Amino acid sequence: MTQQPRHASSPAADAATTPATTPATTPATTPATTPATTPATSTATSTATATRVAPLHHLLGIDDLDAAQVVHILDTAEQLLPIATRERNTVPTLRGKVVCNLFLEDSTRTRISFDLAAKRLSAEVLNFSAKGSSVSKGESFKDTALTLDAMGVDCVVVRSGSSGAPRQLARYLDVPIMNAGDGWHQHPTQALLDVFTMRRHLGDLAGRRVVIVGDLLHSRVARSEVQALNLVGAQVSVVAPPTLLPPEVERWGVEVVPSLDDALPDADVVYLLRVQRERMHRAFFPSTREYQRLWGMDGRRLRQLKDHAIVMHPGPMNRGVEITGEVADSDQSVITEQVTNGIAVRMACLYLLLAAPAVDEEAGR
Amino acid sequence: MLRRLAHELIEANQGAEGLVLVGIQTRGLPLAQRLARLIGEIEGTEVPCGALDVTLYRDDLGRRAPKSLHATDVPVDVTGRTVVLVDDVLYTGRTIRAALDALNELGRPDRIRLVVLVDRGHRELPIRADHVGKNLPTAYDDRIRVLVEETDGQDAVVSEEVPA
Repeated sequence: MTQQPRHASSPAADAATTPATTPATTPATTPATTPATTPATSTATSTATATRVAPLHHLLGIDDLDAAQVVHILDTAEQLLPIATRERNTVPTLRGKVVCNLFLEDSTRTRISFDLAAKRLSAEVLNFSAKGSSVSKGESFKDTALTLDAMGVDCVVVRSGSSGAPRQLARYLDVPIMNAGDGWHQHPTQALLDVFTMRRHLGDLAGRRVVIVGDLLHSRVARSEVQALNLVGAQVSVVAPPTLLPPEVERWGVEVVPSLDDALPDADVVYLLRVQRERMHRAFFPSTREYQRLWGMDGRRLRQLKDHAIVMHPGPMNRGVEITGEVADSDQSVITEQVTNGIAVRMACLYLLLAAPAVDEEAGR
Repeated sequence: MLRRLAHELIEANQGAEGLVLVGIQTRGLPLAQRLARLIGEIEGTEVPCGALDVTLYRDDLGRRAPKSLHATDVPVDVTGRTVVLVDDVLYTGRTIRAALDALNELGRPDRIRLVVLVDRGHRELPIRADHVGKNLPTAYDDRIRVLVEETDGQDAVVSEEVPA
């Protein structure tokens, strides 16, 4: 009998997460054994809010996700976070799976984070970087992809300087693709780990005010970040030199605030973007000193923040430019926490992408 | 039924000394909490109780939907204690195998006992429960669901026959 019994009740039962508040009265427990019947009963459970979360096939950009999927990833990461701090810090979940880190653009931090995330889940990791690989010998992107496919990798994590490269890869390959940053386009895991970090500090983010400061024009982090924050209901303000604001920024669903000092008193989060010197091919602002004076976060500005407000940065920081050492090392800075949380969030994404067919079973054990 | 199981556990352990109850997420947890409270009342002591999520240790990942993860939180060091695993339904035994692996990551208990509310048969692994609330013969394809007040609003065991 291969037919799966699908009852209206089972998704609700599966999603009832409530961690069991204990009732005051004790012994009235004896469960009534209802004899075999009920195809469509399910009265007790089906009323739960349980909307099914759509399964993930790839993680290419935040714009592919809906709010429920974002929350599901964050909730999963929340449960995975303690594993990293345990004495035995790996779980066997993805044993035998091969995750390929295809890094066509330099990024030590992101690669190490993905590497550790995969290893904590017992996956094998192949690191493939542009330098010293077939790519530097002139192999095309498509041929590289097909080679990886032929080697039987189960997931490709791709970082590329070209916007859209991960989506193209997803067309070539049948395995899940994770975008680890593509050009100016998207950096979804960074946005997810940031939202995760904010949620851990502030709780529900609906109505919270996040101020994003800096180079929005070149920043894939900012694009993903704004989309993720909109999905969870946060209000986003952006502050930047006019030359570093994207032309269509009004359509991002953000408020443009002209001065950093005006934005700070209402902020729950100040998110500082890196001044990306490598992308500054023309002069976008007069000098580093002027940037720091107008758009940089320093001790004086730190004291304008509410007590509970936090300061974030995707790293690597340019101390003395967008952030001073005093701010980076202050109690309100959660920058190192972002790094730790990044591993848990990437574990969650790998888990949801790689452990995933589509049938729900509750009774069968 | 839980009261009887509580007494059985106390008898087998000669008291509540060294016991820690660990409920398997999700329906095992409220059952473990109730058992811990009952044992505590009977023995006049506090019995520690924790939660174990075995999803990451299952052998059927990739065959079935990845379940939502729930908390693993055991408040005491299990090393040197008697861990009582609590689950709602014992069926193939695969959940329990996963639970043994998951517990192993947390420490080295002196011994591990298994308590289930319902044993419905059809074991696929050499695993049996030490204490059973009720043996409930079922067909392999039936679906047995234990509902608990805490999450489902009522206490019940529901058996659903698969339409032929």
